[in-house]
Amino acid sequence: MKLKKKIPLIDQVSKSGFWGNKFGGNFVPETLKKPIEDLEIQFNKLKKDKKFISERNRYFKNWIGSPTRFIKLEKLTNHIGGAQIWSKVVSDANGGAHKVYNATVHCLLAKRSGKKIICGDTGAGYAGKMLSMAAKKFGLKCKIFMGAKDIARQQPNVKAIKKNGAEVIPVYSGSQTLVDAVSECMRFWVANCDTTAMCVGSTVGPAIFVRICGWSTSQISRELKVQLIDEFGSVPKKLKLYNCVGGGSSSFGFWNEFMDYDKKQCEFIGVEAGGPAKSKKHAAPLTYGSKIGILHGAAQYVNQDSDGQIEETESISAGLDYPGVSPLHCFLKDTKRARYTAASDEEALNAFKTVTKYEELRPSLEPSHAFSVAIKEAKRLSKDTIVVVNSCGDAYKDRGILEKRLGKKYVKSN
Amino acid sequence: MLNPISAAFKKAKQENRAALLTYTVAGDSSKKKSLEILKSISKDVDILEVGVPHNTPVADGSQIQTSAYRSIKNGIKMNDIFKIVKDFKKSNKYKPIILMGYFNMILQYGENNFLNKCNSSGVNGLIVVDLPWPENKNFAKKCKKKSIYFIQLLSPTTTKIRLKKIIKDSHPMNYFISMLSTTGGKLKVSPNNILKNYNKIKKIDPKKEIVIGFGITEKTIGKLKSADGLVVGSAICKEISKSLKYRQNPVTNVNKLVKKLKSKIL
Ligand SMILES: Cc1ncc(COP(=O)(O)O)c(C=O)c1O
Repeated sequence: MKLKKKIPLIDQVSKSGFWGNKFGGNFVPETLKKPIEDLEIQFNKLKKDKKFISERNRYFKNWIGSPTRFIKLEKLTNHIGGAQIWSKVVSDANGGAHKVYNATVHCLLAKRSGKKIICGDTGAGYAGKMLSMAAKKFGLKCKIFMGAKDIARQQPNVKAIKKNGAEVIPVYSGSQTLVDAVSECMRFWVANCDTTAMCVGSTVGPAIFVRICGWSTSQISRELKVQLIDEFGSVPKKLKLYNCVGGGSSSFGFWNEFMDYDKKQCEFIGVEAGGPAKSKKHAAPLTYGSKIGILHGAAQYVNQDSDGQIEETESISAGLDYPGVSPLHCFLKDTKRARYTAASDEEALNAFKTVTKYEELRPSLEPSHAFSVAIKEAKRLSKDTIVVVNSCGDAYKDRGILEKRLGKKYVKSN
Repeated sequence: MLNPISAAFKKAKQENRAALLTYTVAGDSSKKKSLEILKSISKDVDILEVGVPHNTPVADGSQIQTSAYRSIKNGIKMNDIFKIVKDFKKSNKYKPIILMGYFNMILQYGENNFLNKCNSSGVNGLIVVDLPWPENKNFAKKCKKKSIYFIQLLSPTTTKIRLKKIIKDSHPMNYFISMLSTTGGKLKVSPNNILKNYNKIKKIDPKKEIVIGFGITEKTIGKLKSADGLVVGSAICKEISKSLKYRQNPVTNVNKLVKKLKSKIL
């Protein structure tokens, strides 16, 4: 298995949708073969179409707001006393998270193919919020599938989804979290694929959804590369990019433009959700060596029992609370291009406390996982090392959890 | 020896009727009960589909999901399922059994191990919901070597060229999904329309048996009886759930329902 240079990773895929002959694929019911093939043809064509690219860029710039900020966390850096700690504030994007890139692209595609309805899954509620926002913008009806447990713990985003005029469909099966929302959304698509487009909320699902999502979030690293060169004159000699990994869309997008650099110059660190320190359950299939299995149409490392039943996960962060992970990350792990580790609920909460104590930034619980590892490792790194953390979500959505776990003083009113 | 699946179709043809296929989830409502259900309906049913419950099913509606979750909660394991089949076959050697499920369960068991176990317990065919053609070519070949039918699914969205290719590679039995739906959806297409599609597919290779499934109930089964075979699943799972709710015996209730279904296609 080898990572090729000069070809985007989303295109290093076999005809049948596999990376490294092992990860990804299209394990889907027969009914979805045709709509998936249609989407593949459309995407492969449009991704080379200059007019489409400039349309996308226009929306990214004027509507999503690009570039998002790249800032030095001076006070945090001084406090830690090791590497320079920077952040790419992706939560600046319209709606407050990276999920807006994928949602926008899917709506553009749906619009062009004449679909009137779009459905999507959500965990933290961001993918749903962004899809509802984009659907409204492009005049599509929108249905969002969300686990009942996540509806309860991510109310601010649920309210936003409803305000955008989308329907929120609670999912009561299984663990009532993201994994069940994705299953239910796929089932809805199976039954309605003639009228409805589907947006998978991360770099997961059948291969085409992995590719579209990765292509969309790569905007993050395109911006970052320009910002790094602006700031340092070139891509720094010692660069470390920290990102939380749930399905893997923000991390992939944060790294993509730097894929061809040697990992000694530009290291990728993915941080999965380790779950509560005291619990055996986690959402970190890469870190804890889960076996390859099939989840939501793709082969990947996934938490499962010996029979192949998908195991329940546990994490304070709804966005990371997923038993599987993108085939792209499985590939990056096996080729050793990226390194993966996990942070526990408690470590993420502590990182949130530290970051908010020293900086104006309020990362949500997902990027707080990445901050936790970045802060720990930065201590031992030289001052000329540039650590960048993707702050891909804002803590507003987590106010209920933060208040309960850390007390009122950690919650802001907006 | 003729695969019992083909023998079952042959017998139904001789009796001038469609074959009746049922789908029940292994281990629903318990290991014991699910075996009892199979035994009790086997006289009226031509081919028994036994569902392998999975907890992230991407093509099952709420009735089958409920059955599957119930069974998983009761602790069903792959080996229990093989045991149910084996126990059933002790007294019903020639009644064909098809296992229906998702590919991850086979992958984790190991393809070859799984097929060997199918052979030793008496499984005659497999339906793997999320292993479509051409991805299933290799596995289907392995099945053939073990004299197990790998049953291809065909859908209203399957293009004509694709239909031809799939049928060309297929074993003697295929499964036509009546409409765009998960299992157990309301029949949203008229039976006439379903039969029109069915007949088009049947023409591609009239020798292959094609059953129709998804959304078939007591109300609709009679109108589709010109097909080679008809599958009823969700309606039976629903009957089990209902029986449990009213504290009735699912075995007798399912048996009654199956007799009714059978009477509609005679
Ligand atoms: C803010 C935020 N970060 C990260 C994630 C995890 O997803 P991914 O790994 O696809 O970026 C989510 C998912 O909901 C999220 O809302």
